[in-house]
Parts: sequence; C-alpha cells; structure tokens
Amino acid sequence: MAHGTAAVAKLDSPRSPYVRRKTTRGNYELYSWVFMRASGVVLIVLIFGHLFVNLMVGDGVHAIDFGFVGGKWANPLWQVWDLLMLWLAMIHGTNGVRTIINDYATRDLTRGILKGLLLLAFAVVVVLGTLVIFTFDPCPPDAPAELLASFCTA
Amino acid sequence: MPTAPAGTLYRGREGMWSWVAHRVTGVLIFFFLLVHVLDTALVRVSPEAYNAAIGTYQTPIMGLGEAGLVAAIVFHAFNGIRILLVDFWAKGPKYQKVMLWVVVGLFVVTMAGFLPRHLMNVFGGGH
Ligand code: HEM
Ligand code: HEM
Repeated sequence: MAHGTAAVAKLDSPRSPYVRRKTTRGNYELYSWVFMRASGVVLIVLIFGHLFVNLMVGDGVHAIDFGFVGGKWANPLWQVWDLLMLWLAMIHGTNGVRTIINDYATRDLTRGILKGLLLLAFAVVVVLGTLVIFTFDPCPPDAPAELLASFCTA
Repeated sequence: MPTAPAGTLYRGREGMWSWVAHRVTGVLIFFFLLVHVLDTALVRVSPEAYNAAIGTYQTPIMGLGEAGLVAAIVFHAFNGIRILLVDFWAKGPKYQKVMLWVVVGLFVVTMAGFLPRHLMNVFGGGH
C-alpha cells in the first residue's frame, strides 16, 4: 500500500494530472440550470391542467366566481396543485428574470436594486399565495348565500 | 461587467429568434403571475370583492388578453421542451431548427383547439 502511494507521488511531479480549478462561487448556477429544466417539465402539466379546467371546461372564464374557487379548493387535490404551481412557477420565473437582469443591467448598483425588488416581489407573492390557499374560507358567515358554493347552504 | 459583446457566433436566424421569443414570453408570464396571485388573494377579502375583480377578466378586451397569455404560455412550454431536447438529446443540437418548426406546428394545432372554444365563451353571450 505504502509502496503504491509512493509510486503515484513520484509520477505526479513531472506531469501532474489535470486538476479542475476549484470553483470559488459554489454550484449555484449549475443547480439553477437543472432546476429550470426540471421545473419546466412539471409546470407544463400543472399549468396546462389549470388552464384547461378554468378556461375550457363548461363556460370557461364565465364560470369563474367566488363559488367556483370555493368548490375547487374544497378539494385537497386542487389545493396541492395550486400550491405546487405557485411555488414552482414563482421560483422558475424569478430565477429566469434574475438571469435577464444579470444580462442587461451592467451597473452594479442598478443590478443590485433590480434584484432586491425581484426578491421582494417573490417573497410577497409566495407568502401571500400560500396563506390564501390555506386560510381560505369557502363559506364566510356574513356573505349572501347565492355568492357561495352550493355545499355552504346544504 | 463587460459591455455589449461586439460579434458573437450566435446571431440571427432561428436559434436567436426562438431565444428572444422564449425570453419575452417568460417575462410576460412572470408579470401576469404577480398580478394573478394578487387578484386571487381577493377571495380572502370578500366574495363581492373577488367577483368584481374577476368580472373584469370576463370582458371581451380581457378575453383577447387571455388568448395572448395562453399563446405566450403554449409557445414558452413547447419551446422549453425543445431546449431540453437540445441540451439532453445527443442529436438535439443538429435538429434544433427542425424542432423549432415542430414547436410552431404544435403551437398552431394547440391554439386552433383552444381559440374557437375560448372566443365562443368570451363573445358568445355567456352572462
Ligand atoms: C387567463 C388564464 C387564467 C385564469 C382564468 C385563471 C384562473 C384562476 C382561478 C379561478 C384561480 C383560483 C383557484 C383555482 O381555480 O385553482 C387561480 C389560481 C391560481 N392560478 Fe390561475 N388562471 C389563469 C392563468 C394562470 C397561469 C398562466 C398561471 C401560472 C403561470 C396561473 C397560476 C395560478 C396560481 C399559482 C394560483 C393559486 C393562487 C394562490 O395561491 O392564491 N394561473 N387561477
Ligand atoms: C409551461 C411550462 C414551462 C416550461 C417547459 C419552461 C421551460 C423553460 C426553460 C427550459 C427555460 C430555459 C432556461 C435556460 O435557458 O437556461 C426557461 C426560461 C425561463 N422561463 Fe420558463 N418554462 C415554463 C413556464 C414558465 C413560467 C410559468 C414562467 C413565469 C412565471 C416562466 C418564465 C421563464 C423565464 C423568465 C425564463 C428566462 C428566459 C431567459 O433567460 O431568456 N417559465 N423556461
């Protein structure tokens, strides 16, 4: 064992093998590249499903009102669906816009401000959207019954 | 930060224009999504507030806007798959042009399925 190690060490000196430069910034860009592709595939299913149910089935946009949302979010499937769609689309979109800011905003200050605003918008929308899905009450007590989903009066 | 690159290998033709379109549609969808989560949040205010906001989505002008949004998503989604194939399929780069025309074809077919139905909902009376 010790012998072998010594031999390798000897070979090292004249022509040391190629050693990859240690990255100094971590692998963030690599993970983000992979994430854009993986999330894209999932988003196709989520968004096409969302658009189909909300625009194509029945009366399309005309069917959407408070009662419609109440009916959908009474079903855990659509709660999870919308939650996943919210998070994946927001991370995907925010990361995409971050790339675009990096491409066009050449001044450090401008770039910093734009990315700060982007992060703020991301945080507000994701937190708000998540709270809305989980704190939603399909049958608010003081609302007129004709505006609510049918199961509220049953 | 370097300034604008002077001459790049990657200019003009299908490769660049599909990239521009992918970028523009991506940003468009992103800003729509910001507004969309805010308007959906009105369900936490009151049924009346939500219905008033969503009522503005049911006008003919917004109906056309929705058609544009769906078009943007359909292109971005199909071209996204093309990007995946260029990156992960060995023959992807060779067929990137052909695949763009496949994307355009699928786009036309999908929109031909969607538009009549949507426009009927928007313009065909409804409520
Ligand atoms: C014009 C087309 C669209 C209409 C009419 C529409 C309608 C709706 C409606 C009625 C809801 C309430 C809950 C539900 O139905 O699931 C909703 C929620 C949602 N939509 Fe859409 N949508 C459209 C396009 C989109 C697109 C393109 C995206 C993604 C980029 C999207 C992402 C979401 C998300 C994430 C939620 C959940 C919001 C929350 O967490 O509060 N929608 N949409
Ligand atoms: C429908 C499913 C979707 C698929 C298949 C998809 C796919 C992709 C892919 C593969 C990229 C390429 C990134 C790169 O070149 O490294 C990308 C970029 C991008 N996407 Fe999506 N995406 C989808 C939905 C969305 C949504 C909902 C949004 C907005 C919320 C969005 C916004 C963006 C943006 C802003 C970029 C950056 C464009 C650029 O850097 O030029 N995408 N998408």
